[in-house]
Amino acid sequence: MIKYFFKRLFQSAVVMLIVAFVSFSLFNFVGDPINNMVGEETSDEERSQLRESLGLNDPVHIQFSRFIVNASKGEFGISYQLRRPVSELITERLPATIELVFISALIALVSGTLLGVYTGINRKGFFSDIILAISLLGVSLPTFVIGILFIYLFAVILGILPSFGRGEVVDLGFWSTGFLTTTGLKAIILPSVTLSLFQMTYIIRLVRAEMMEILQTDYIKFAKARGLSEKSIYYKHALKNGLIPVITIAGINIGTLIAFSIITETVFQWPGMGFLFIQAVQFVDIPIMSAYLFFIAFVFVMINFIVDILYYFIDPRIRVKAEAASG
Amino acid sequence: MNFRFLSKILLAIFLIFASNTVFAKTIKWSMQGDSLTLDPHAQNEGPTTQVSRQVYEALVTRGLDMSIGPQLATKWKAVDPNTWYFFLREDVKFSNGQPMTSEDVVFSILRAKQPTSDFKEYISTISSVKAIDKYTIQIKTSKPNPILLNQLSNIFVMSKKWSNENFATAPQNWDAGQETVFKKNSKWWGDVEHNITEIQLLPIKNAATRVAALLSGEIDIVTDAPVQDLNRISSSAGHKVESTPQMRTIFLGMDQAADQLRSGNTGDNPFKKKEVRQALYQAIDIEAIKKKVMRGLSEPAGIITFPGVTGYTKALDKRLPYDVDAAKQLLADAGYPDGFEVELRCPNDRYVNDEAICTAVVGMLGKIGVKVNLFAQTKSKHFKELKDDQGDFYMLGWGVPTLDSHYVFHYLYESGASWNKVNFSNADVDAAIRVMEGEVDLDKRNAAIAKAWQIVKDDISYLPLHHQVISWASKSNIDVPIRPNNEPLFRFSRVN
Repeated sequence: MIKYFFKRLFQSAVVMLIVAFVSFSLFNFVGDPINNMVGEETSDEERSQLRESLGLNDPVHIQFSRFIVNASKGEFGISYQLRRPVSELITERLPATIELVFISALIALVSGTLLGVYTGINRKGFFSDIILAISLLGVSLPTFVIGILFIYLFAVILGILPSFGRGEVVDLGFWSTGFLTTTGLKAIILPSVTLSLFQMTYIIRLVRAEMMEILQTDYIKFAKARGLSEKSIYYKHALKNGLIPVITIAGINIGTLIAFSIITETVFQWPGMGFLFIQAVQFVDIPIMSAYLFFIAFVFVMINFIVDILYYFIDPRIRVKAEAASG
Repeated sequence: MNFRFLSKILLAIFLIFASNTVFAKTIKWSMQGDSLTLDPHAQNEGPTTQVSRQVYEALVTRGLDMSIGPQLATKWKAVDPNTWYFFLREDVKFSNGQPMTSEDVVFSILRAKQPTSDFKEYISTISSVKAIDKYTIQIKTSKPNPILLNQLSNIFVMSKKWSNENFATAPQNWDAGQETVFKKNSKWWGDVEHNITEIQLLPIKNAATRVAALLSGEIDIVTDAPVQDLNRISSSAGHKVESTPQMRTIFLGMDQAADQLRSGNTGDNPFKKKEVRQALYQAIDIEAIKKKVMRGLSEPAGIITFPGVTGYTKALDKRLPYDVDAAKQLLADAGYPDGFEVELRCPNDRYVNDEAICTAVVGMLGKIGVKVNLFAQTKSKHFKELKDDQGDFYMLGWGVPTLDSHYVFHYLYESGASWNKVNFSNADVDAAIRVMEGEVDLDKRNAAIAKAWQIVKDDISYLPLHHQVISWASKSNIDVPIRPNNEPLFRFSRVN
């Protein structure tokens, strides 16, 4: 067990080191930050002074080790554009992204499962065809197109939902939430639905496939033979078994949602981390870019690590293999 | 409870209600970017200055017509070319009620000269500032500076006491990219011409969302409306669009110093010959670019400066005629009857439709046999590589914040200047630039400017394209006067 645990931990550390190197390389290969920091009329001496004070003239390995040490402490330096610590900026923007991702995941999971069950049961139905067709649109249309369509429909034409921003937020000290105000709740609807569509489609199809497979199994036939109600068969016996892979996939995809939120946040002017990242890219604000990359990689690695560890407890086959190997 | 008592309460409630709704006039203002900081001296950058100007004032300022006039100083005089006196208004109070004195002005100018200030280069000719009495200050310059007033109009004055208490300790906790609210200062010294009580700045990065927010009524005015949406906005009920030429000219540069073009195929540098430069100039159909690429929103340019700048004249701004046959003949005369090959470098996210303009130019130059390969990339890489002398043929735009021709010559034409990437060098022009910097006799100075413009225009050192036009879109009941520097002055705005 301990060996398995450390092996996974070591693998995660290697991945993080590689990501760290990539995010560090940004400093050397993406444009010249100095040009963006100072006005066009700044003299060449001042430019080189600034390079020196930012440590951009040190050898690469020294810059890299400094980067690793600081990154492990959660420090990514000062933003070139906003002149504030990057760690502070990220923690400020984190609540907006987490709330958006949480609501999106919830919408995707709940409606995806319900629609998936429905289409799985009524395979030839008219509504099933419509649901599947629309869900196909959800995957094939780019997120920003869907976002803009929603904005035009619900904000410009119908005028019932705000087109941008997060509404009023309540600051709880450690967390700023939009869940406690009406404007905040209204503001989260469009972006979260937009963000959830892709996931939702994914889950609809997964649940549908699972349901169709499970409904063919012997124990369902037996349950039918026993005269159990349809409701009880579908939702209690069939769905329960179908949900195991869905939850696994949905969990892993939370990382994807955070990453995908960049586009949604830009379209809706949602003041989250993805938005911060896009602003940073345009300004070549490398400390923010590398910190964001590092953070997203960390989320992915952590989720994968936790899932691996959970598998160890859930799936006896892995346990046996691991023990045989260490044996 | 008797009736009179009840009616008093109702009246009180009505008045509170009325003062909040009938008299409260808010303008919700949106643009793509946000201020980078609320410190008025930290960043010399467009949106940041726009935001600071709604809050801070300077010794002198530009009015709606862009001319310099008094603001915190009522009058000023130069006793010799290097010594200026400014006489301050005596009735100015900061928003915390503290009266403004010469001490605050001296403090602010010195603060803008600190190493961490982005304005230190901008006002580098100011060598000393001191308070003569409570309402008089003296500014000494290291050399005669005819554009001192221009520069001072961007140096904002803040309270010394407040600044030391609030800025000295830590950076402010203010998050760019979100809502910024400006409230009316009831202690302001001037005649109030506006009728608004509050401005909310709500930056929206995505152009489509910004337009949608305007159309849905969540935003009152957008000061950077995208060209392709203007028709739709003005045709929508309750909205209007206003346009004016912007203080920025777009042009192409050709390196005339290299012995061989880095991206050429002729083994030499055709740009060294004036005939070639003129051929390219006359092969560009600027009216077609205006009509097709800019949708009418550009003003064809003959020089790299625009109306309102000292030294600009209509005659200078006249272009050479568009004439493909003449261009072909010029190329043949120069010894390139079959044309040549060159790479055109363009930004794709800096100027209005920058990449599309370059694409159009590629096709037009193809007609006279010059094969142009377009290389368009993001601004941060484009400008860096240009600075590193990697461009043979490139696009650049130039604004003139000081509204004086010196700003153009000093950066684009002076020998060895930082943005003179065509490597233009002319002793007469350099001499004229010295005159612009040191001559306080305006007639002599204007003569030098006119002479320099004529030399560079005749030389065709650059290919001027057009002056950009800016457009503001707003609700019909919002009246914010549009200005060529894209800076709204909300103290002149009205909500009807």
